[in-house]
Amino acid sequence: MAADPLHQFRINKIAEIDVAGVDISFTNSSLWMVIAVVVATLFLTLTMRQRGTIPSRGQMIAEMLYGAVANMVRDNVGSGGQAYFPFIFTLFVFVLFGNLLGMVPGSFTFTSHIAVTFGMAAIIFVAVTLIGIAKHGFKFCSLFFPHGAPLWTAVILIPIELVSYLSRPISLSVRLFANMTVGHVILKVIGGFVVALGVFGIVPLAGLVAITALEFMIAVIQAYVFAILSCIYLHDALHLH
Amino acid sequence: MDSPDSGSSMQDLDRRLQAAKKKHEPKRSADDSPRDMSGVGVGLRIAVDLVAGVAVGVGIGWGLDNWLETKPWFLLLFTILGFCAGMLNVYRTARQLEDKKSQADATTGPDGDTDNGGA
Repeated sequence: MAADPLHQFRINKIAEIDVAGVDISFTNSSLWMVIAVVVATLFLTLTMRQRGTIPSRGQMIAEMLYGAVANMVRDNVGSGGQAYFPFIFTLFVFVLFGNLLGMVPGSFTFTSHIAVTFGMAAIIFVAVTLIGIAKHGFKFCSLFFPHGAPLWTAVILIPIELVSYLSRPISLSVRLFANMTVGHVILKVIGGFVVALGVFGIVPLAGLVAITALEFMIAVIQAYVFAILSCIYLHDALHLH
Repeated sequence: MDSPDSGSSMQDLDRRLQAAKKKHEPKRSADDSPRDMSGVGVGLRIAVDLVAGVAVGVGIGWGLDNWLETKPWFLLLFTILGFCAGMLNVYRTARQLEDKKSQADATTGPDGDTDNGGA
């Protein structure tokens, strides 16, 4: 049982949908995305319904999430960043709930698929680029050439800056995907040792407890990093360095 | 007679409160915020930054070569450019982490430094 540590990442079709030759089936990945959205929405609306002066535990968590993202947007995007708060907050909560729901035994971690993380990163990348062009027009290209550098260095610097800019969605998506996949594979592999070693399995089991705690931390940190990097990219587009 | 006495006790309380706050503050900001990442987190982030630059460079070079049929010149050129871009990414990430660390030090005092020194 459960010998294949990659089995947990398999995508199963729940309902097959085919539109004009494009496979848009509802899969277990889609199911868990829907669950993440529903759980996040229910959690935030139910906990904030009472709006007590003395907050309940749930309300505290909801307010902390809001406060953390509001601070992040204020510190990293700078002036004019508040307009993008809803987007960043949605992104953060979606990734956070995706990561945390993935820690529920038997669930599916949709953030462990590069297709999902790259999809999100690509949307952020295109949106940020369009915002930058809409705001600055042609001056947006000055993002690719640092101030005060001698003009002849443009030949080298512009391609480098361009490649660096294009690598953003890749590093953004690979980071989240790699962290989630590696963590889950390690948990599964060490879990296999527990079974194989019998009584002595207590040793890897103790390790598993520690790793599980670490995984929860990574789930939160990676959601935070994903959101904060989106803020930084947004800052570059709005203020051009 | 009464009022100066209570005033001094209030001052004393205020002083003790400040001392207690100072004692607790750096500790609190060091443990629970996800802002200071673990060493593994920083390492992985920098590694991914470097590899992403090279990957994009190789991708662009390979694509241009296939399109213009100039194998292998664009691949060579853009691999080098990609490596430079990766280095630039690493430099920017490191500088940004350094900025954040010095900001955190400024708010929590120099004591906070020993905790993130390993990162």
